[in-house]
Amino acid sequence: MDPFTYVQVQDNGAAISAARGGEAKFVAGGTNLIDLMKMGVERPRRLIDINPLPLQKIELLPDGTVRIGALVRNSDMAYDATIRKRYPFLSEALLSGASAQLRNMATVGGNLMQRTRCPYFYDTVFACNKRVPGAGCAAMDGYNRNHAVLGTSDKCIAAHPSDMAVALVALDATVRVAGPRGERTIPMADFHLLPGETPERETALEPGELITAVDVPDVPFAVKSRYVKVRDRASYEFALVSVAAALAVESGTIRAARVALGGVGTKPWRSAAAEKILVGAPANKETCLAAAEAAFREARPHKYNAFKVEMGRRALAQTLATVGGMA
Amino acid sequence: MNGIIGEPLDRVDGPLKVTGGARYSAEFQLKNLAQGVCVGSTITRGRIRTLNTSDAEAAPGVIAVLTHQNASGLKHVRDQGPAAGSMVGEVDLVPLQSDKIYYDGQYIAVVVAGTLEEAQHAATLIKVDYEEQKPVLTIDQALPQAYEPKQVFGRELQAKRGKPDQAFSDAAVQFEQTYSTPVEHHNPIELQACVAEWKGDQLTLYDSTQWIMGTRNGVADFLGMPRESVRVVSHFLGGGFGCKGSLWPHSVLAAVAARQTGRPVKLVLTRQQMFTCTGHRGRTVQQISLGATNEGKLTAVRHLTTTATSMVGEFIETAGLFSNLLYATPNLEVGHKVVRLNHGTPAQMRAPGHAPGTYAFEAAMDELAYQLKMDPIELRLANYAESSPKDGKPWSGKHLKECYRRGAETIGWAQRTPEPRSMREGDYLVGYGMATAIYPCNRSPSSAKVQIFSDGRAVAACSTQDIGTGTYTIMTQIAAEALDMPVGQVEFRLGDSLFPEAPVSGGSQTAASVGPPVRMAARNARSKVVLLAMADKASPLYGQAEEGIAVENGRLFLISDPGRGETYGQVLTRSGVPMVEAESRTEFSTRETRSHEGNLAVPANALQATGRDSGHPGETSGQAGRESELYAFQSFGAQFVKVRVDPVVGTVRAARCVSVMDVGRVLNQKTARNQIMGGVIFGLGMALLEETVYDPNRGRIVTRDLANYHLPVNADVPEIDVQFIGEPDPHISSIGARGIGEIGTTGTAAAIANAVYHATGKRIRDLPITPEKLL
Repeated sequence: MDPFTYVQVQDNGAAISAARGGEAKFVAGGTNLIDLMKMGVERPRRLIDINPLPLQKIELLPDGTVRIGALVRNSDMAYDATIRKRYPFLSEALLSGASAQLRNMATVGGNLMQRTRCPYFYDTVFACNKRVPGAGCAAMDGYNRNHAVLGTSDKCIAAHPSDMAVALVALDATVRVAGPRGERTIPMADFHLLPGETPERETALEPGELITAVDVPDVPFAVKSRYVKVRDRASYEFALVSVAAALAVESGTIRAARVALGGVGTKPWRSAAAEKILVGAPANKETCLAAAEAAFREARPHKYNAFKVEMGRRALAQTLATVGGMA
Repeated sequence: MNGIIGEPLDRVDGPLKVTGGARYSAEFQLKNLAQGVCVGSTITRGRIRTLNTSDAEAAPGVIAVLTHQNASGLKHVRDQGPAAGSMVGEVDLVPLQSDKIYYDGQYIAVVVAGTLEEAQHAATLIKVDYEEQKPVLTIDQALPQAYEPKQVFGRELQAKRGKPDQAFSDAAVQFEQTYSTPVEHHNPIELQACVAEWKGDQLTLYDSTQWIMGTRNGVADFLGMPRESVRVVSHFLGGGFGCKGSLWPHSVLAAVAARQTGRPVKLVLTRQQMFTCTGHRGRTVQQISLGATNEGKLTAVRHLTTTATSMVGEFIETAGLFSNLLYATPNLEVGHKVVRLNHGTPAQMRAPGHAPGTYAFEAAMDELAYQLKMDPIELRLANYAESSPKDGKPWSGKHLKECYRRGAETIGWAQRTPEPRSMREGDYLVGYGMATAIYPCNRSPSSAKVQIFSDGRAVAACSTQDIGTGTYTIMTQIAAEALDMPVGQVEFRLGDSLFPEAPVSGGSQTAASVGPPVRMAARNARSKVVLLAMADKASPLYGQAEEGIAVENGRLFLISDPGRGETYGQVLTRSGVPMVEAESRTEFSTRETRSHEGNLAVPANALQATGRDSGHPGETSGQAGRESELYAFQSFGAQFVKVRVDPVVGTVRAARCVSVMDVGRVLNQKTARNQIMGGVIFGLGMALLEETVYDPNRGRIVTRDLANYHLPVNADVPEIDVQFIGEPDPHISSIGARGIGEIGTTGTAAAIANAVYHATGKRIRDLPITPEKLL
């Protein structure tokens, strides 16, 4: 670990001005950042502790939006009565992540900012374009079992590790940020970036910007949603494949669909391809299979993660059938 | 026997552990303590061309940077082994004495600084320029250079009985398959840690070790100093599973760093370093050939293992060692082939050899049972070995049939429909599997002393270890029973090389090895107090014969007149003797090499056993009894498992485990159950989760933390029903207890793999059984 300075701030303005000048990182739960600092992957010169900021609440706004403060702990969010009732798959996604101890520390903002668990990113001895732009990618012909099959580029195949973000992208959530140039909102779908030629750029946040909240709109049919996570170990384990799905079915026809995937994409993967097949189609198993097929049509597997395509199709088809009552 | 042994006594060290009072090796905060960090190579094979430490040395707080350029004075310790009193993990690599790199992570420097953070930071400032060579990374790649070692630790690695090849080709039913197991790492939660302190030419090491004396001897040998000048202390261990049984370079380097800086130095490995320089279980590729009659009688058994060791040490995963002991067959071949890779050196890991070996062999037996359309238990009973198939010796005790019977009954084997993929629960496929467990009943020479104090307390001491298994507790029970004292008044001390010598806590031998000398010393100390009372005119027992005196609850009394008596404390207090002491030592060994953990010089003041108490030939007069020559000592058991498999995505979860063990007398129901449960979980991890992966290009480990190396978590572990036969082994010792630390692991992976086959119809012959293999 490199030497760094530490400052604790009491309000958003202080946090933003403390971050001015770069090489600073906000720290909240610290469940990922501190690990990365110990491994020499993150090397901030300044650490700004934002835990005292007034971003701790979950509020129901008059228009039906649920506003989740950036510092709300994953556990509190998962067990919030409104969230459990309205968005069961968001609660399930949160509870399927990490361990109870980590969820008690980890925040919603930190969860969005967590970085890939690609072992080649985590170990500074290996070449990694995300860590050192232009250095190359040791995962390409390395042990890439945990890696992405969707949204990859020639520069990077690292999978996004979040469960929560998969449900949030399915819900069309919005990320609220504050920065040196004021406040703005970023749709979840645009918040995480594809690696493309610049895998080092992972989010749409500008330098010095602070996540203040996540807004989740009212999605009435999400009350019957599911989050299904396939993993080696029964707990404390990242997804090999995960599926967040919500369906609105009326008289045997799918009227609306939300499908997102985890463990297979370089970002929390909203599958427009699957949704396109589903919406307007009869609610039956054939439709589910077709949607699952479509979701992975663009998949680009590597040596050790080729199974994720078949596993992903199966998990998606099964989850859709369950959510739509077709099982 | 007063019933203390066998009781489910709570761990006597439990309160210390849950209150933080138990001091582990890294927690010895010595005055003026400096912090060290080891720096590992980032290449896998080659040499250091240049190594520049000037930035590191100039960094804040840095006291010294040790490299091969300045760390001098270490001896090349050749031909080490348990027989020489220590097990050195890497005999052919003296740390920091050359520029050569044999594996990724090999230590190239130690940075010592005032704080850990300073040392860690400075470590990142060392600049190394390497000359890289292409490493040898896989068994396949190295196969042309494979060799066939004859022996390891005195055990034959290439064995033949009858005409196995002929018998196999003549067999009515033939089965042959190849199974493989990956590299696995021990991953105890307590990291390897060593605090070294010099006082003049005397060195003290607070080391996380499974072998106090081995560490003492090995470090002394490396430093070229008398073994007696090194003291090793290790009061508590947060698990070891074998990786703390050998001496690894960090302990030597801690001593060197402390000597070179003139300050006590603490070295704690990182979790990542736990994957490089402290051993692992080597990969195995096992070819099993079984020839049988149509009735299922085994006519030929061939078990050929290929495994890997490192370039700088030899540890062989002896997967075939048990196969000439498990089932009766007239024709057998066991072979082991070894290659050398640019990996760290492997080491003993819970049930070394037996864990991967029983997976392959017992999976093969299951396959043969299906081929024969025979019940897997029936096949095993058809080949039941009533005496040792190896040499015909009678078993010291074997109740394996009862294990099968109880296990089958408990799990509901009779309700199982044998056809693969025939059972379901909801959306899940259900399968049942079983396998035999087997592990040697090891016992080695050991010694212990017992003191009785005038305040009525007693202290027993031995340099043995409690690696989390419960040694503190069971030895307290053994001493209390032999002294006929309440357990609360007896304290057992361990973990200090100043105490009487004990063997490594490895090979499941501590209970069987250390228990008898503790018992003997206690009996002898007790006898001394009795003799004092008999000789003391003021004693109510004055002039009585020793045979006429009994002890109960710390009180000596006349058997013919129980009202006449007095306590240990009263005898000693009145006699003005503050303490009596007795030391005992037993030479009894079931190990192939008699001097296995040897080099045990009998202390001159040791009180030898008189034979009065022991009733066991092996415990008299310091000479080995004939028991070890007359009997075959093995523990057995039966593992039964129920699994649920998600047929859509291939995930396997164990739903229930039943483990019935024939391990002699159970010393403590609670710690024993704990050991078997732990062993079964170890096997479960092996079956479904654990695998160390090396980057295919660089040979650097990419699963080097607990997120990527998948140990089972609580959610993976089902109900584990542990049962013991409980029949004492009359030949292992007067206590009748065998060790139980490892047998729970054997057979478990096979039972799970067999259950997965029963559930899905798919044979997975390569561990771990990860979901993609079942898609």
